[in-house]
Amino acid sequence: MASEPLPYARPRPGTQPPVLYPDYASTQKRAPKRAPLRLEHTLSETTGPVFEDGWAGPDSTDLTRQHKGAPLGERMILAGRVLDEDGRPVAGTLVELWQCNSAGRYHHPVDQHDAPLDPNFTGAGQAVTNTAGEYRFLTIKPGAYPWRNSPNAWRPAHIHLAVFGPAFVTRLNTQMYFPGDPLLAYDPIFQSTADAQARERLIAQYDPALSEPEWALGYRWDMVLRGRHATPLDPA
Amino acid sequence: MAAKLIPTPSQTVGPFFSLGLDRPEWNDLTRGHPQGERIVIEGRVLDGDGAPVPDAVVEIWQANAAGRYAHPEDPQTDKPLDPNFRGFGRVATDAEGRFRFTTVKPGPVPGRGNSLQAPHINVLLLSRGLLIHLHTRIYFDGEPANAADPLLSSIEDPKVRGTLLARREGSSQSGSPAHYRFDIVMQGDNETAFLDL
Repeated sequence: MASEPLPYARPRPGTQPPVLYPDYASTQKRAPKRAPLRLEHTLSETTGPVFEDGWAGPDSTDLTRQHKGAPLGERMILAGRVLDEDGRPVAGTLVELWQCNSAGRYHHPVDQHDAPLDPNFTGAGQAVTNTAGEYRFLTIKPGAYPWRNSPNAWRPAHIHLAVFGPAFVTRLNTQMYFPGDPLLAYDPIFQSTADAQARERLIAQYDPALSEPEWALGYRWDMVLRGRHATPLDPA
Repeated sequence: MAAKLIPTPSQTVGPFFSLGLDRPEWNDLTRGHPQGERIVIEGRVLDGDGAPVPDAVVEIWQANAAGRYAHPEDPQTDKPLDPNFRGFGRVATDAEGRFRFTTVKPGPVPGRGNSLQAPHINVLLLSRGLLIHLHTRIYFDGEPANAADPLLSSIEDPKVRGTLLARREGSSQSGSPAHYRFDIVMQGDNETAFLDL
């Protein structure tokens, strides 16, 4: 039997960042110049690694209890769902998370920003989504930090997330931002996606119902992965 | 039909991704002793100046030695699944931009229509300076099935086609796995053929 896998949808123009975005200086020597070769999806693209059996190791969702003491900063819950373009939950997929501490410093040897490290905060976690596509982390709100992209450039507070989805072509590596952050307007990484509605996807919502009294602020953020292309046989 | 949701935009992994993505053991896909020919693939990631890229991650996804993917949507029930092979790997580049992983040589897998794809490894590249990851494939130089591979045979320029071929290196001692070299050039004259998927 010839296998004719159902392809995944291609992004609409402007809804993903380009490879070359000169305002983000590091793209200039790393963006390919030749147009990529378009390939119709085969089994190689519509399959991908499976994580629902715990292959990637146990979940680590509480970033505030990875050391002897409690980390400094604003305690926050980050929760949401991984969905496809049709709003269907993506269950059993691996979500990996990393971030800087509340002072804006990463627990990483390359980060030399003059802000304190927090001995009680590493800033890494992972979770496999449940059957409803949900994930949930308890962490500390990350700080803003300077970077050398241009004079006096500051990254808005953000949390890195990486998720696989059901296929090799559904992989998503992204960053979550906070509502109302004045630095978003100046950040070329955030601004690199031309479509304003698509950019809004990157901003979490403050959710009072998710906040826990006397304990932690709640931010809700769904990640949407590429969905299956509708076949010509689908009813319009 | 309900309106589709817009997918979340990609953002760069930045320079500090090892905090969240570091999985040193994932560069060896043969940890479980799978069936097939064990091979080592090593190379470098280079930028538009030919400088090494020390902050990149290479992720790979491949079929097992029989040519079947460890995924529920692979319909090839006539080929065996290998319980000891997942087919997924990840390796970060070192200070000289080098990466290296150990795996088994994949079997051929079906393409679209009645075509057959030559043995290949699917590659996803992440780095600082990449707002969205790049896709490419590793094929094996000298593989007879390459001639009929739909992707390789669609590339007219042999130089561009050659960027997708891993080349056998040295004479391996008996008992040690074959070594292949595959560099990823992000930009420039020898730029790797990247894929629009």
